[in-house]
Amino acid sequence: MSFDHPDAILCPGGPMLIRGNHAVEDPDGVPHGTTRPVSAVCRCLKSSSLPWCDGTHKVLPADLRPA
Amino acid sequence: MKIPRPRGALTEVLFESLLTGSDVPSAPAGTDDTDAALALWVLYELHHHGFDDVDDEREWDPDLLRLRAELERDLEDRLRERWTGPPTTGAFTATFFDWVAEQDGVSLAAHVHRDADRDQVLELLRVRSIYHLQESDPTAWVVPRLGVRSKAALMELQYDEYGNGDPNRLHHHLYALGMEASGLDASYGAYIDEAPLEILEQNNAMSLFGLHRRFRGAALGHLAAFEATSSLPSRRMMQGLERLEFPAELVDYYAEHVEADAVHEQLAVRTICGSLLEEEPQLEESLWFGAFTCLDLEDRFGRLMLDRWLSAELTAECQDVA
Ligand code: FES
Ligand SMILES: [Fe+2]
Ligand SMILES: [Fe+2]
Repeated sequence: MSFDHPDAILCPGGPMLIRGNHAVEDPDGVPHGTTRPVSAVCRCLKSSSLPWCDGTHKVLPADLRPA
Repeated sequence: MKIPRPRGALTEVLFESLLTGSDVPSAPAGTDDTDAALALWVLYELHHHGFDDVDDEREWDPDLLRLRAELERDLEDRLRERWTGPPTTGAFTATFFDWVAEQDGVSLAAHVHRDADRDQVLELLRVRSIYHLQESDPTAWVVPRLGVRSKAALMELQYDEYGNGDPNRLHHHLYALGMEASGLDASYGAYIDEAPLEILEQNNAMSLFGLHRRFRGAALGHLAAFEATSSLPSRRMMQGLERLEFPAELVDYYAEHVEADAVHEQLAVRTICGSLLEEEPQLEESLWFGAFTCLDLEDRFGRLMLDRWLSAELTAECQDVA
C-alpha cells in the first residue's frame, strides 16, 4: 500500500507547506533557503517573516485570508 | 537533578522512601493538590531524567507504580471534570483553528510584550523551564503507538523539534542557551521548588498523555493546541524580551518558534491529527479532550501569574489577545 506524500500542501486560509530544500524569493526578490524538512510559505503576504508564514493570517479578517 | 523540597505530608514520606528505600505511602483522601502534583511529577521524572540521589531501579518499583496510578486517576478525573466536551460542529481538521480562536484564555505573551518588568519575565522563564527544558519529550512516547501515516507525520514534526539532527538547533537546548545567557541555571528541574500547582499540572498532563497508550489521541490533540497557540505569542515574547534587553540567545528561542510553529501547527492539525483520524476515527473525542486540556491548563497558569502581578482590571486586558 502506498500513501499520498505531496511535495506541497495548500492550507485553506493559511500558508503553503513545502517539503524539502528550496530557495523561496520574498517580495523584494531576495531568495531565502529553507532550513527545515517542511517549510510554510506565506500566502497572505502579511507575515513579518516573509517569505515564511508567522501565523499572521490567523488574525486577518476572513476576506483577506488566502483561499 | 536531586529530589526536590517536599511540599506536604505525601511528598515528605514519598521522598524519604525514594532516598532511603523506606515504605512507599499511598495518597490519602484530602491530600493537598500541590503536594499530590509534585509527587506525581517526581514519579514521572523517574522515567525521564531520574534523580542523582535515587536508585535507577526504582523506576519500575511496583509500589511506586501503584501510587502513581492513584495520583493519575485523580488527575484524570480533575481534567475530565473541567472539560466542556467536544464542540458539536464540524470535523476536527476543518474546525480546529476556528475553535482555538474562539477560546478566550489570557495571554502572558501580551503582558510580556507591553508591560512586564524584568523580574516578572525572569520568574516566568524559571517556572516555564520545567516544560521548555524538555519540550517534545513526552510526545515522543506516543510514536510507537501510532499507525504508519500518523507515525511518519509525527516524526516529520518531531525531527524539527529535535534540531533536524543538529544538536545546536534542538529546541530545549535553545532554551537552555537562552537561560544561561540570562544568568539563570539551565540544568533540568533547577527551579522545580518554585513551580506552582498550575505548572506541575501542565507537565503532569503531558506525561500522563504520553505514557498511556489509551491517551494517544489526547497527546496529539494537546500537541495540536500547543502548536496552534505558539507562533503569534512567540512573536510577542520576542518583542517583550527585546524591549527589556534580554540577550539574543533567549530571543532566538522565541524567533525559532515563530517560524517553526507556523509550520508545526499546520502539520499537527492536518497531517498528524488528520491521519490519526483516518486510521482511528474513534479517537476524535480524545483529540478534543487533549486540545482543551492544553488550552485550559495554560489559561489557569496565565491567570495565576497575572493575578500575582496585576490588578484585576489589567488582567482583563490580557484576555483574548493572541
Ligand atoms: S499565510 Fe501565514 S502569515 Fe501569511
Ligand atoms: Fe519547539
Ligand atoms: Fe513546535
